Amino acid sequence: MKSKFIPIILIFIFLITFVIFFKGLKNSNIYTPSTELKKEVPSFELKSFKNNSIIISEKIFEDNKYYLMNIWASWCVPCKEEHKFLMKLKKNERIELIGFNYKDNFKKASSFLKDLGNPYNIIVLDKDGTASIEWGAYGVPESFLIHQNKIIKRFIGPINNKDLLEIEKIIR
Amino acid sequence: MKFIPIFLIVSIILNFNLLKADEIKTENKIAKNLRCLICQGQSVYDSDSEFAISLKLVIKNKIQQGLSEEQIYSFLKMKYGEWILYDPVFNRNTYFLWLLPILIFLAGGAIIIKRFYNKK
Repeated sequence: MKSKFIPIILIFIFLITFVIFFKGLKNSNIYTPSTELKKEVPSFELKSFKNNSIIISEKIFEDNKYYLMNIWASWCVPCKEEHKFLMKLKKNERIELIGFNYKDNFKKASSFLKDLGNPYNIIVLDKDGTASIEWGAYGVPESFLIHQNKIIKRFIGPINNKDLLEIEKIIR
Repeated sequence: MKFIPIFLIVSIILNFNLLKADEIKTENKIAKNLRCLICQGQSVYDSDSEFAISLKLVIKNKIQQGLSEEQIYSFLKMKYGEWILYDPVFNRNTYFLWLLPILIFLAGGAIIIKRFYNKK
């Protein structure tokens, strides 16, 4: 009785383990954070890109408008890719674009905007990247769609045509 | 008499260094307990990615602001979710993870004890 029972249990355990690991093989091992969130906009006090004056977050997001907070840098190649979509979005009057210049050189950032156009209403400087940590950001490029002082959607990585259409659908 | 102020200055500087050393120690400890979210299989401490560099700076600033280790963990958990912590919290999703080793240990112990008494 006993000798019959043990091999069956062993096979059973082996099978369960096999199934778990086999299923695990197909899972993505890259962590993807949730993009739908209803978080309050973190407050910040940062220097303006234009004239180094201090900009307070409460003053930016005060209206009942939609905002797209976009983290970018001139050294970031995907940022160049998404730039044309930001320029398209600029034409929409229902949304304001806020640039978050991430760990960048002023001269290079200026020439980046000169070459590709400036889609932003306001640009603030995040010299050491600490302000973007307050936003829970991963790096560049990353964008947050904001309405009524809440982050309603986040886009990790460059914005593409599909994202653009989605934003336009939300703010319509 | 000149000796006293010099002694005082030196001792103050040395004390500051000690304080700083403590700060760096906790800073590193926290960074080692955090997962670098954009790297694979690296802690924030090990990584040199822009994300990790900024995060280390944030930890440093928070320590200087007087936040405790726990407060820093909960701040980062709020911002990035539980995944950033290497130490999984005990909840519905992790019952199995935490209890399985204990169960296996107990079962193993039971088998050993049973065999031992059977032999006797």
